[in-house]
Amino acid sequence: MSNITTNKSMDGKKKPFPLCLQTAGLSNPASIDTYLSIGGYSAIKKILKEKISPETLINEIKISGLRGRGGAGFPTGLKWSFMSNGTKGDKYIVCNSDEGEPGTFKDRDIIRYNPHQIIEGMMIGAYIMGANVGYNYIHGEIWQEYLSFEDAIDEAKAAGFLGKKIQGSAFNFDLHAFHGYGAYICGEETALIESIEGKKGQPRFKPPFPATYGIYGKPTNVNNTETFASIPWIINNGGQAFLDLGVPNSGGTKIFSVSGHVNNPGNFEIQLGMPFEELLSLAGGVWKGNSLKAVIPGGPSTPLVKAEDMMGATMDYDGLSKIGSSLGAGSVIIMDDTTCMVQALKRLSYFFYEESCGQCTPCREGTGWIYRVIKRIVNGEGKIEDLALLKDVSQKVSGRTICALGDAAAVPVLSFIKHFEDEFRYYIRHGRSMIKGEND
Amino acid sequence: MIKVKINGKEIEVQPKTTIIEAADKLGIDIPRFCYHKKLSVAANCRMCLVEVKKFGKPLPACATQLMDGMEISTNSKSVKDTQKSIMEFLLINHPLDCPICDQGGECDLQDTAVAYGASKTRYTEEKRVVFNKNIGPLISTDLTRCIQCTRCVRFLKEVGGVMELGLVGRGEHAEISAYVDKAVGSELSGNIIDLCPVGALTSKPFRYSARTWELIRRPSISIHDSLGSNLEFHIKDHKVMRALPKENEAINECWISDRDRYSYEGLNHKDRLQTPMIKVNKSWKAVDWDEAFEFIVKKIKPQIDKNQGDTIGFLYSPQSSIEEAFLVNKIADALGSCHVDYRVRQDNFDLKGVWLGCPVEDIEKLKTIVLIGSNIRSEQPLMANRFRKMAHAEGKIFTINSYEDDLLMPVTDRIICRPSDYSYELLKILKALTTLRKLSINNHYVESQMKAIPVDGKSLAYAKALIKAKNMGSIFIGQNALNHKSANDIYVVAKIIGESLNINVGSILDAPNIVGLDMLSHNLNKSNTMNMLESKLSALITVNLEGAKDISCGKVLTEALKKSKFNLAITPYSSDAYAEFDCLLPMATFTESSGTYINIARQDQSIKAVTKPLGKARPAWKILRVLANYLQIDGFTYESSEDIKKEILGNNTSFNFPEESTNEKIKQIKPGGQGSLDHLHLVRSQDNDMIVRRADALHALDGNWLDVARVNPKTAVKFKLKDSIKVDREGEEISLPIVEDEKIATNTVCYYQKLTSLTGTKLESNKAGS
Repeated sequence: MSNITTNKSMDGKKKPFPLCLQTAGLSNPASIDTYLSIGGYSAIKKILKEKISPETLINEIKISGLRGRGGAGFPTGLKWSFMSNGTKGDKYIVCNSDEGEPGTFKDRDIIRYNPHQIIEGMMIGAYIMGANVGYNYIHGEIWQEYLSFEDAIDEAKAAGFLGKKIQGSAFNFDLHAFHGYGAYICGEETALIESIEGKKGQPRFKPPFPATYGIYGKPTNVNNTETFASIPWIINNGGQAFLDLGVPNSGGTKIFSVSGHVNNPGNFEIQLGMPFEELLSLAGGVWKGNSLKAVIPGGPSTPLVKAEDMMGATMDYDGLSKIGSSLGAGSVIIMDDTTCMVQALKRLSYFFYEESCGQCTPCREGTGWIYRVIKRIVNGEGKIEDLALLKDVSQKVSGRTICALGDAAAVPVLSFIKHFEDEFRYYIRHGRSMIKGEND
Repeated sequence: MIKVKINGKEIEVQPKTTIIEAADKLGIDIPRFCYHKKLSVAANCRMCLVEVKKFGKPLPACATQLMDGMEISTNSKSVKDTQKSIMEFLLINHPLDCPICDQGGECDLQDTAVAYGASKTRYTEEKRVVFNKNIGPLISTDLTRCIQCTRCVRFLKEVGGVMELGLVGRGEHAEISAYVDKAVGSELSGNIIDLCPVGALTSKPFRYSARTWELIRRPSISIHDSLGSNLEFHIKDHKVMRALPKENEAINECWISDRDRYSYEGLNHKDRLQTPMIKVNKSWKAVDWDEAFEFIVKKIKPQIDKNQGDTIGFLYSPQSSIEEAFLVNKIADALGSCHVDYRVRQDNFDLKGVWLGCPVEDIEKLKTIVLIGSNIRSEQPLMANRFRKMAHAEGKIFTINSYEDDLLMPVTDRIICRPSDYSYELLKILKALTTLRKLSINNHYVESQMKAIPVDGKSLAYAKALIKAKNMGSIFIGQNALNHKSANDIYVVAKIIGESLNINVGSILDAPNIVGLDMLSHNLNKSNTMNMLESKLSALITVNLEGAKDISCGKVLTEALKKSKFNLAITPYSSDAYAEFDCLLPMATFTESSGTYINIARQDQSIKAVTKPLGKARPAWKILRVLANYLQIDGFTYESSEDIKKEILGNNTSFNFPEESTNEKIKQIKPGGQGSLDHLHLVRSQDNDMIVRRADALHALDGNWLDVARVNPKTAVKFKLKDSIKVDREGEEISLPIVEDEKIATNTVCYYQKLTSLTGTKLESNKAGS
């Protein structure tokens, strides 16, 4: 996490732009003093002081073009307008920091370096939607960040930003950190809600959506950490400024977690619309002088892209959808030419097999089937019909499950075989990888 | 109403109807595993996915509510493809061991696979194996066959009241499990066998004993409680092999209690009496029917001829059909005996014509219930579910009982008091009502006693809740109260409350046909059990009663039997309980006889025999008819039980139930003396009657029961109860060890009827498949 530079670009060229991670370069970045020193909590103070109406704020967020940063990319302003401030009764606001997909590690850095911006973003959300209790659901495998977020909550409470009658206004908001237990499925918002309720993390059937039936059956908003962290900047600088940072339909900045075969892996917060080539060079380029083979641009639930397509792409929602993939959570996995696609797929399939919650039939049974067939191929016992079988099974899981994870499990299988079918065929025919050194 | 199209057919449905409900009504078949009309929707099996126009992906029919203008296809090519693929997924890890599976032939998975699946699998990888769990003596598990539909989990949580099973583990490792090797304890647990769409949960006692296609199905009802659950007995070689629920929304919905399901094991128990027995020179001799009747005539005819018929007592079971009861009454009448009764567990005989007061279904709709002295879960295991539904909806339950029992439903407030204080607590509630509302009380015995009665916070809270319910309240009186000597006082006070607030007052009677037997004998001026047994009897005839086991005043019965010169038992079983008898006539069980039973809600149900009687046993009505013939009593020419029913009905087409009557002259109601101890003698649900006492599986866990007397620690100190206490039980005085229990009311000692088997084996944990 030392890849954040603070240059601001005014010439239209997309540059690194620390927005969610704006305190990351400073000393003692997570403390409330640091955050206050860069103008933190000014957005919520202004809102409370001037009693800005939720409609005005939602409108500003709609203008900003902010889309959900957890992977689905749903327009945040629109989502927030579903939860009417007017309806009475308890409401909840939840920050989804349960990033569990391989290659995803951006929310962890926001919690680690800039927790107060998440708190402020959640406060603004709570103010807009009329929620008085919030939870930050933190990924099970990270404990230190859970503790440091608790510290941040204490600091915010002590400074009068959480609790009753905040900053002398009528606004009450309590925030709790909630530590998960490491199930990937709890990143799915309704499974996350079940988990907060103390139940086994399993997605609920939708509708009803959380906006009408969430935690304990009350209206609940769930958004990603990065989404919440973007909100204070939008309120301070205006929706248009945020939109202008990125490109049309992809406003603002995005943290890309670059991992895999690069010299300098890490988080890079950049203006949306930056060419992939530039992001790759920010990450130090492909390691060992090897050439790029393929990229998973948004995490394993987004389709794999071949190097030649990727090198011409820009890093924004439309740019990646043009090449048949998507932005996802911005987890860029770089694969060089020494990568055996069959073995890489085996590892990803194992992940989905292991993490299927087991609730509904196609995913519970299908992920195990897919994994076992690929494992058999890797063991040199594959049959040429297996490729058709893999495609067929994946298609039959897709679209028939309660949540989107069934679809996610099918994505790598279909995209890997689509782009590298010859490699799979070679493996099946010869019982070994076509990549040198992979069979030792 | 909204208009939708299913498979091109336009229909109108109520808003909020789901696709599957509409399709079921139309008779359109949508395959399903996890969906069940009585359980919450899980939408996890995905078998019911259908195509809805304008939706990009298939939607589950069980969870999707119809909206105006929706167009649904349940049989398009894409739906068929989806069904085929879901079926394939469900079968890849299923062992396909149908030939050795008890569910084979009646399996949803098997049927659906034939209808919607492919004939060949493409899956060649290794299959998942799940280790079986021992969840008790009633249910056998084969969890490798499980398809994780979670019907069992949802049933136990939603209907049973506790989440005793859960789906633990993730993905392919997800498996059904009880809480760390615990047995499933719900008294409704057997229903999960019926719910399980595969052979993962099957009946342990029934295991490997018959194939479904070998079984003949005959309808009947259960007579172990007063609900009258509808059953289907499955018969092979003239033997009942198992019992399953038969749907009746007004009575048992689609469930039955474990007692109703597993009691069939007692029907063919080795204790069954298969031939008439007479006692000659103090030893039993098996004889044929003629010899037995001649023996009886020789013993009792002299009294009759001497016009001493009133020294012959008749005690019959509240489990008797109305036909049997009618004949007993008719014989007693002909002999000039007033000594005839069926009230064997009561200590008060003033109440007549009482019943539930409302249809069983209506319990669910109530807003406030005050439940007095009821062990609802053991007395009425299935009816308790109606209370549970009520409590989980908007209803509030308040109890007055002598111990704090877990009803497995939310209870708003409890009054814990000794049984002799029920009437006092109720009078306090009435007094509290008078402080809230102007009431006119037409019973001056009650009115005069009210003055001295105090009002406290609880009585006020109970009174307020009853007022708030606005006609949707009810007071229900259970066994601890109805059997108590103050039952009349309790009922009279409850009725005054009921009438002033215009709410129901109901009695939760325990035995299956009390309402019917009460109807038959309502206008007859008879003696009662206690008077009968204390009068000088020359002969005592019992029908379907197992001596002192089936009567609360066991000691009195034992004395009476000793004094009487001749004792005859018409009974399906022989046991030690008949030591004082001189003749035993083998009667058929309810499954081997025909008859009419009237349940607690005044619903009459006539059943036919489902098997022929065992050995020389004969239906009780036939035995009674022949006995009357032998005694040369006129008017006993019945050819069938229907003939008897016709005579009972007379010119009516349905039964006429009498108005309820009480003794309005109540006793002095005051708190029980601090120096006295109330004895509360309880009967476990599995010790209730002769048949269930002999149903092995229901007694498999008896070894885990403690045969003790429970008292409150305070009471133990006050009465210096240290090690044991002497109690009267089943006609003998015995000493029971003391166990201190804070949940018992003070000044009360609480113990159970002698457990049928105290040598039962303890549950061994985790012995796979045992």
